[in-house]
Amino acid sequence: MRRELLTIAIAMLLAVLAGSLLIWFVGKSPLEVYGLLLSRTWGTSNGFGEVLFKSTPLILTGLAVAVAFKVGLFNIGAEGQLAAGSFVTGLCGAALPASLPGPVAVVLCVLAGMLAGAAVGGLAGVLKVRYGAHEVINTIMLNFVVSAVTLWAGNAYFFVKYTVHTAAISSNAVLSPLGFTGSKANTSLLLAIALAGAVWYFFNRTRRGFEWRAVGHNPRAAENAGVRLGGVVIGAMAISGALAGAVGTNYVLGYKQYFERGMGTGTGVMGIAVALLGRNHPAGIVAAALLFGTLSHGSLVVAEEVPKETFQILQAVIILAVACGSVYLGRRARARGAHV
Amino acid sequence: MSDSPALELRSIEKAYGAVMANRAVSLKVERQSIHALVGENGAGKSTLMKIAYGHVRADAGEIWIKGEHIARHSVSQAIARGVGMVHQHFMLVGTLTVVENVVLGQEPRRAGLLDLERAASEIRALSQRFGLDVDPGTRVEDLSVGQQQRVEIVKVLWRGCDVVILDEPTAVLTPAEVRDLFVVLRGLVKDGMTVVLITHKLDEVLAIATRVTVMRRGERVAEYEADGLTAEQIVHAMVGRPVQQHIDKQPVRAGAPMLEVRELHVTDARGCPALRGVDLPVRAGEILGIAGVEGNGQTELVEALVGLRAIDRGTVAISGKIVTGAPVAERYGAGLAHVPEDRHDRALVLEYSIQDNLILGQQRDFTGRFDVVDRGRVREHADKLIREFDIRPPDPGHLVRAMSGGNQQKLVVARELSRRAVAVLICAQPTRGVDIGAIEAIHRRMIEARDRGLAVLLLSAELSELRGLSDRLAVLYKGEIVATLEQDQLRADDALDTIGAMMTGAWKRDTASRGEEVRR
Repeated sequence: MRRELLTIAIAMLLAVLAGSLLIWFVGKSPLEVYGLLLSRTWGTSNGFGEVLFKSTPLILTGLAVAVAFKVGLFNIGAEGQLAAGSFVTGLCGAALPASLPGPVAVVLCVLAGMLAGAAVGGLAGVLKVRYGAHEVINTIMLNFVVSAVTLWAGNAYFFVKYTVHTAAISSNAVLSPLGFTGSKANTSLLLAIALAGAVWYFFNRTRRGFEWRAVGHNPRAAENAGVRLGGVVIGAMAISGALAGAVGTNYVLGYKQYFERGMGTGTGVMGIAVALLGRNHPAGIVAAALLFGTLSHGSLVVAEEVPKETFQILQAVIILAVACGSVYLGRRARARGAHV
Repeated sequence: MSDSPALELRSIEKAYGAVMANRAVSLKVERQSIHALVGENGAGKSTLMKIAYGHVRADAGEIWIKGEHIARHSVSQAIARGVGMVHQHFMLVGTLTVVENVVLGQEPRRAGLLDLERAASEIRALSQRFGLDVDPGTRVEDLSVGQQQRVEIVKVLWRGCDVVILDEPTAVLTPAEVRDLFVVLRGLVKDGMTVVLITHKLDEVLAIATRVTVMRRGERVAEYEADGLTAEQIVHAMVGRPVQQHIDKQPVRAGAPMLEVRELHVTDARGCPALRGVDLPVRAGEILGIAGVEGNGQTELVEALVGLRAIDRGTVAISGKIVTGAPVAERYGAGLAHVPEDRHDRALVLEYSIQDNLILGQQRDFTGRFDVVDRGRVREHADKLIREFDIRPPDPGHLVRAMSGGNQQKLVVARELSRRAVAVLICAQPTRGVDIGAIEAIHRRMIEARDRGLAVLLLSAELSELRGLSDRLAVLYKGEIVATLEQDQLRADDALDTIGAMMTGAWKRDTASRGEEVRR
């Protein structure tokens, strides 16, 4: 645990140094730019709200990737799962009668989105268990399928004429903003944090979580302990998909109030980085999502100083440094003779 | 210069976390000797030799090879100075030939091209000189385990090493292969080489070693000339107390069959038949041993019984309940307990704590409301078993990865015997790679289980273990039970040779004594 925190600290330091070099290269003072970045994100109410808004979907996709990873699976398909979830959340919101009480409408929309995500993720699991196709291939391919299906179905039936978005959701399903001086942050952040807590509780306290972790560490021993591996794979992929499917809550119910093609693109892939940096631990994932949310919004607020690509590079450097650092430290630990 | 020791270690210290693997260990290996390094699992023998080989770095101490102090030690340094090591787990590429494996990493070249022909003739010469019987052109995956080991030895010799360290070389060999290996080792020494042998099998030490160093808990506790040495002396030094080597047990009082296997047919991972019509009744209160050279269907038999491998034909019944196609959990529910053949493979989650591993497979019995694991009961269960089975360290939260092999195995045995309503206990290689103290404890537990009325199925590669524990012994050869020996046959003086012959198929059915199962 201490070693992991150290890895992350060193990686961040390296990344900040690399970023300084880049900023210096475009002719600005690194100190000044970093200072601006911090003061315009965490320093202002609106900036902080925007950071929270950007972090919310990252928490969810980070959790999605982590759940799959805990049982030894790579879910590269959070992208498709969140698209399916957002689409269905949007449709559900638009279809609900305005007479429904707000909480009921919200719960229905969230559940619909999570179910859609679970269906896409679970399908990748079924393909693996039933036909032996690798989940990386399955999830990547399903990303394309979902993208194409939502576009076709949207154009054919659901999109408002001459647009690529669905009709507005009924007003009782709209999530209330969290305040922060007009920022887009909304109550879906609370849902994301609650789900992070639920994931932690599931893995660390329940019998099924105990079994799932065992599968992740040693599937052959888990099988011998009476765990049915196929069921775990499908279940984990479905839960993973459900978490990604909840992303629509933030964009659809909390912000745009309709589904739009391309909504949330990239957050699925960033989820992998969030899970990696957060070490697949729910608390770590929340922290990592906040960091990436900060960088993402930060790159916009200092755009007049340095090109926003600078901070995209910075994010990538952090991820690379963490990935390399953990492997390197792991190898050092083994050489020093950690028991095998 | 030439009378300086082949290998000398001075005050080697090595700590793994809080555990001292080596504590001020000094060792002199004289030239042209066979020096045995004995001790229980976790005594620090392998660590010490890995340090000598440059594979692991010592925290303190000096390494001298042939009178030369090695300041910055590494594997390449060791090989350059003629020290080679044959690891317990072979480092061979199955799809490559013998010669390709031998030269791997040091490929001889001629005009920039790979020159395998020269290496092959050198290997042939080495093989002839030491009676290794290794053909450079064969693919390694087609060789038996014993032959693969000789390839490892050739690899070391071909690199010009004259000090050969062997880590538990006999663990995977049949009795005949062990004898062949010893002939080879004696030949090496006669030719001027030096052999260091890590082992915990005493009969082997007495048979071949010229000098014996005993280690216990990271320290060198004794060193003897092999002449006139007795097994009792070594055991006493290894364990720190006298140990009963003989297995005591009451006469068998067998009851009704608890495990019934009928006409079992199973295919292996490659799709070839692994079991061809096996019939086995195991009765309550008896230990039925299964002897056989590895790879004759033992693994598949256990997997089929536990539910980890599909059964093509035949039936399996536990306590009278047919479980042929039932999932794993249902079989455990019917009264099965199972000590898997490889504890790291099927028995343990190394990243889990002792207490979590102690409920693995019984997790459903340790939940409260809403399927939540009842941590308090898990802890109680662990405390009780740790005390009862003397599992060390006695800390329920300790990670299993950091335990010694013997304690890991004690944990598995404790867990399986703690199952509710056990009727059938399957033990596959229950004492493999386990120290003497733990072997004694595990054997005692198995006999207690039998006396309590469990039907015990024991699969082992150790003939003496099979002979000592079994009330009846079945021999598995190419997926068939070729003979079943009763108690009086097991007691006969030549029993080990008879079983050995049956295991290799050299034994003819029509000349069999009674007790044989005649089928087809």
